[in-house]
Amino acid sequence: MSIVNTIIQGTLLGGLYALYAVGLALIFGVMRLVNLAHGDFIVLGAFVMLALSTAIGLPAPVALVIALPFMFALGWAVQRLILNRTLENDLLVPLLVTFGLSIIIQNGLLQIFSADSRRLSLGALETASYSLGGITFGVVPLLTFAVAVVVVLGLSLLFYRTALGRTLRATSDSLPIVEIMGVDPRKVFAVAMGISFVVITVSAFFMGVRANFDPSAGPSRLLYAFEAVVIGGLGSFWGTLIGGVILGIAQAVGGAINPAYQQLAGHLVFLAVILLRPRGLLAGSSI
Amino acid sequence: MAAYVSLTATRTSRYALVASAVVVLFLLAAPHFLPRSLTQDLLLIFLLVVMAQSWNLLAGYAGLISVGQQTFVGLGGYGLFAGAIALSLDPLVAVALSTVVVTLLAVPIGALVLRMQGAYFAVVTWVVAEVCRILLAQWMALGGGTGTSLPGSAISSTSLVRWVGEVYDVRAPAAREIIIYWIALVAMVAVIAAVYLLLRSRLGLALAAIRDGEVAAESIGVDIWRNKLIAYTIAACGTALAGALYFLSNGRISPDAGFSVLDWTAYIIFIVVIGGIGTIEGPIIGTIVFVVLRSTLSDHGPWYLILLGALGIAVMLVAPKGIWGVFSARTGIQLFPTRRRLEPVAPPSSATEA
Repeated sequence: MSIVNTIIQGTLLGGLYALYAVGLALIFGVMRLVNLAHGDFIVLGAFVMLALSTAIGLPAPVALVIALPFMFALGWAVQRLILNRTLENDLLVPLLVTFGLSIIIQNGLLQIFSADSRRLSLGALETASYSLGGITFGVVPLLTFAVAVVVVLGLSLLFYRTALGRTLRATSDSLPIVEIMGVDPRKVFAVAMGISFVVITVSAFFMGVRANFDPSAGPSRLLYAFEAVVIGGLGSFWGTLIGGVILGIAQAVGGAINPAYQQLAGHLVFLAVILLRPRGLLAGSSI
Repeated sequence: MAAYVSLTATRTSRYALVASAVVVLFLLAAPHFLPRSLTQDLLLIFLLVVMAQSWNLLAGYAGLISVGQQTFVGLGGYGLFAGAIALSLDPLVAVALSTVVVTLLAVPIGALVLRMQGAYFAVVTWVVAEVCRILLAQWMALGGGTGTSLPGSAISSTSLVRWVGEVYDVRAPAAREIIIYWIALVAMVAVIAAVYLLLRSRLGLALAAIRDGEVAAESIGVDIWRNKLIAYTIAACGTALAGALYFLSNGRISPDAGFSVLDWTAYIIFIVVIGGIGTIEGPIIGTIVFVVLRSTLSDHGPWYLILLGALGIAVMLVAPKGIWGVFSARTGIQLFPTRRRLEPVAPPSSATEA
C-alpha cells in the first residue's frame, strides 16, 4: 500500500510542478525565451499575496483574486520595458538579463521581507483530508492537481480555440509573416508574459499554502519547472502536465527511500531523460 | 594578384606583451613590499580572473552559456579536501590532483550537458551543479551538509612552507598565503596565455565559426560537438584549479559555499559582461571593477546585489560589448588580438600587376 500511496502523493505533487512549468513552457513556446527569473517571479507572487493577506488582513484566496490582475500587469510591463529589448539578440542577452532580474528580485524580497520562512494560510482547509482505502488525500494537494488540470485545459483552449491563441501561435511560428499581417509582436509578447504571470500567481498561491517559502526559494522552482517541461517534451501543455507528474513521482519515491534524496531523485530522472530521450518522453506525439 | 598573409598580432599587442611581463614581475615580487591585506585582495583577483576567463571561453567564444560553473569550483575544492583529508596528501599535490581528476570528470559531464542547446544548455548545467551539491552533502567524511576545515597539520607541513617562512621570516600561515598567492598568479598568467594561444589556433577559429553560425560551420567541416566538448573541458579545468586554490586559501568548504550559484556564476557573469564579453581584456577589467565595487559597497547587503544585477542588465541592453568592447571600438586598441587580419605581403605600390 505504501508504494501506491507514494505514487499518488507524488502525482499530486506533480500537479504543483506542472503549474510551475506551464508558465515557463508558454513563454518558451511563444518567444523562445527561457526565463531564468521564472522561479523568482513565482516567489514574488507568493510574497505579494502574503503582503495582501497580512497587511490588509485578507483571506489568502481573496488575496489571490486581487493579485491576479496586478501580476498580469507586472508581467506585461516587464516584457514591454525590459525583455522586448532583448529579443533581437539570439541567446546571450535574454538569458543574462533574466538572470540579472532573478538576482534583483531575490535581493529585493530579502530587503523587504527578510530571510524568514513564510506561509500563506488557508485555515482549517490546510490540514483537511479524505481517507479512501487506507490512503489519505489532502484537500490542498487534490485541489492543486485539479487546478493544474484546469489551467492546462484552459491554456490549450486559449491557444487552439481563440483568436488570441491563433495570434500567439502564429507569432511563435514566424515573426516576419505576422508582422506583414499587421500584428505587433511586441504587444503579443507582452500579453503572453501577462498570461504567464497569471499562471505564475496561481502556482505561487499553491506553493505558499502547501509549504514554506523564503526569498531564496526561486531557483529551485525554476529547475523543477524546467525539468517538467523537458521531461514532458516541448511544445504541449498536456506534455508539461505529464512531465510534472513524472517529476513529482520521482521526488516522492526518492524521498520515501531517504528524505535527503527527494530532490536528487527528481534531478536524476531528468538527467536520464536528456541522456536517453533529449527531446522528452512525449516527443513525436503531437498534441 | 597580390599575396596576403593572415596576421593577428599588432604593434600595440607587442607592446602590451612587454608591459604584461613587467606587471607580472611586479606582482611576483609584491609579497616583499605590499601589506598582507592587499596581497589577499590580489589573490582573489587572480582567482576571479581565472574563472572569468574560463566562463568567457565558453560564452564569449564557444557560444555556450553556462550558469553551472559552480559545479567545477565545488568539485575542485572538494577534490582538494578529499586528497588532503582522506588521502593525507600534501595540499599542493592535492590541488594538482584535484584539477586533473575534475578535468577528466568534465568530459562525461560535458557530453551529457551538451545534449542540450542554447538556453536549455544553461539550465541543465545548473541542474548538474545542484546534483553535485546534494551528493557532496551526503559525504560524511567531509562534513556532510555543514562542511569541513583543512586540518592544521595539512596546512603547515609542506617543506615549501618552511622554506618560504625562513626566507621571508614569517610564520607558517603567512608563508602559506604567499605560496598560494604565487601559485594563483602563475595560474592566472597560464590561463590567460592558454586562452590567447588557443583562440589563435585552429580550435579558436573553429569555436568562432560555431559561435557565429553553427550550420555554416558544420557545412565547412567543423566538428561542432567535439570542439564544444574540448572548450567545455578546458573551461572546467581552469575553473576547478581556481576553486581548489580558493578553498585552499579559505581553509574551509561546505556544499553551499562550493556550489554557490551567486559566488561562482552570478559574480563571474557580472565580471565578464561589465568588462567585455568575447575579449581577453574584458574579464581582467571586469574583475578589477567588481573587486572595487565590492570593497566599497558590500556593507549594504541586498542593495549591493540589486545594484550589481541592475548594472549587469543595463550594460547588456545599452552596451553589450562591455567596458573594453566600447573602448576598443572607439580607439581600435586591442592588447590581446585574436581576430585574423589579411595584410598584403608586399606594399601595393610595388605590385607588378595592375
